[in-house]
Amino acid sequence: MTPIIDLRDIYKIYYMGENEVRAADGVSLKIYKGEFVAIVGQSGSGKSTLMNIIGCLDVPTMGEYYLNGEDVSELDDDEQAYIRNKTLGFIFQQYNLIAKLNVLENVELSLLYAGLSKNKRTELAKHALERVGLSDKLKNYPNQLSGGQQQRVSIARALAGNPSIILADEPTGALDSKTSREVLDFLKKLNDEGNTIVLITHDQSIAAEAKRVVRIRDGKIIYDGDAASAFEKR
Amino acid sequence: MGFYQAFKLALKSLAGNKMRAFLTMLGIIIGVAAVIILVSLMQGLTGEVTSIFSDLGTEVLTVTVQSRGATRTVDDKDLYELYEANGEIFSAFSPNVTVSGTVKYANTEYSSTVKGVSEEYMEIEDYELESGRFISYADIEYYQKVCVVGSYLNKEVYNGSAIGKYIKVGGNKLTIVGVLKETDDSSEKSGDDLILLPYSTACKVGKTQISSYSFFVRDTKKITYAEDVIGDYLYGIFKSDDYYMIINMQSLIDQMDEMMNTMTMVLVGIAGISLLVGGIGIMNIMLVSVTERTREIGIRKSLGARRRDIMRQFVIEAGTTSAVGGIIGILLGAAVSILLGNLIGIDATPTLLAVALSAGVSIFIGVLFGYLPASKAAKLNPIDALRYE
Ligand SMILES: Nc1ncnc2c1ncn2[C@@H]1O[C@H](COP(=O)(O)OP(=O)(O)OP(=O)(O)O)[C@@H](O)[C@H]1O
Ligand SMILES: [Mg+2]
Repeated sequence: MTPIIDLRDIYKIYYMGENEVRAADGVSLKIYKGEFVAIVGQSGSGKSTLMNIIGCLDVPTMGEYYLNGEDVSELDDDEQAYIRNKTLGFIFQQYNLIAKLNVLENVELSLLYAGLSKNKRTELAKHALERVGLSDKLKNYPNQLSGGQQQRVSIARALAGNPSIILADEPTGALDSKTSREVLDFLKKLNDEGNTIVLITHDQSIAAEAKRVVRIRDGKIIYDGDAASAFEKR
Repeated sequence: MGFYQAFKLALKSLAGNKMRAFLTMLGIIIGVAAVIILVSLMQGLTGEVTSIFSDLGTEVLTVTVQSRGATRTVDDKDLYELYEANGEIFSAFSPNVTVSGTVKYANTEYSSTVKGVSEEYMEIEDYELESGRFISYADIEYYQKVCVVGSYLNKEVYNGSAIGKYIKVGGNKLTIVGVLKETDDSSEKSGDDLILLPYSTACKVGKTQISSYSFFVRDTKKITYAEDVIGDYLYGIFKSDDYYMIINMQSLIDQMDEMMNTMTMVLVGIAGISLLVGGIGIMNIMLVSVTERTREIGIRKSLGARRRDIMRQFVIEAGTTSAVGGIIGILLGAAVSILLGNLIGIDATPTLLAVALSAGVSIFIGVLFGYLPASKAAKLNPIDALRYE
């Protein structure tokens, strides 16, 4: 079986004057369809860097990246945009909703760039919002929602185009424990339905529920295995 | 993303910040309005002056002779001879005398124009008679104290029955023998407020001399040839062209048209500079807008927006800004030029061409100056844009 995500010896190096910062320092990682992977590590260890490369938002300095068997490190801007649109759904810590668009319009955005018709967009967006339980807030603007609700909108947005991979960079970072729980349960539900989930988190109790945990330190993978042994080691 | 979507988004973003949108558009509004006003007024003015000149007759060559200091001179008889010798070119001829004496009837003074002319003047000016007769050859030959009046005097002073009555010009009693049909609006100081008398009589009454001669040509196409014929004759007499002048209305009109056009171009060019400044204003605000919305651009890119999607959004936004500014400018410009036109008394309604041109130019400027900020936005790296604070 080919992995859905296949990172081969990935480097991301930032040059700060004399110093170089190796945000990814020879990372190789395979993730298969249907996995639920939690990436953990200290602040500055290179988790987001890895996630951005996985999400085609950033390009590695060196190394190869195969997504669904296709080498994406060679693709140009617009081809990467196409892949983000079709294959990837992002959930960010800061929600990243567009303030002047209402909830429905925000969720429709990726469908808009996919070139779907107005009716189709509305239908899919409404369905996604229904799944996250926000059917009654379609016309609200982001600043009229609570943090948890905004995060649910961004989840709906990530879902709307039915991507095979959901990437979440500290999705619960700004939420209280109860709302974090809801978000996590939702991600688990999506995973049960067959989506591949990659989640960055600082929260041990959340990472503990993932099927697989990858720990990063100084741009290197120092642990890759099941959740149970990930935390007893510490 | 479709064009319509981008357009709607652009309008929304304009409406979201009305004050800034207005200030951004101000340059375009002023530029477009200035172009419309200038073009409309200049065209109105040109039209007005041309029509005044044309009324004076494009078939007429007016000759003035100033023989002081010359060894020889010409008089009305010489020019009559020239006229009769060239019957195939000219169809009418009249010496003109301007009389400045006071016009009086029953102790009331009038400001009517008084002119001494020949019996053929009617043809030159295309006058028609309302009643009575025109000045005759005999009137001129025998210095008859007769005159023909325009419809203003006939109506206002004589209640429509001027024939046989008299009018005093410079203290001389003249008998009215004819009344002209209305050519203008029969009001005071209009073309209908006029008294014509035999030019011979006019010289005596006005204690003056013939001021000019009018030659009426048969064919306007041959007017330059006719001008040459007269010029050759006069040059033959004076051996110099310092003592006479031949005025050809058509060439005057052509010259003036050309001058007005040049002037319009210069003025529009100056007004165009404000359009350029307006465009730079749009570019400036678009650059600010791109910076402000870096994060939004990052979000859109993370969701799959391609370069051209972002590009289109910003170019259309810039185009919409300047188009809306252009429309406001056109309305403002049209209103001001019609108002000013009415004030000066000319028809300064903006032409479709002026409107279409300035609308086109303003959209073009928006797109042109929106291009740079838009491509800056489109080229942003998604992760840098998303991280932007
Ligand atoms: N644009 C950049 N320029 C220079 N250095 C960078 C840049 N982006 C990231 N880094 C560096 O790369 C390293 C990894 O950063 P990264 O954002 O991946 O950390 P992280 O594990 O996500 O941390 P956190 O948990 O705080 O989000 C850090 O040392 C950071 O300073
Ligand atoms: Mg991070």
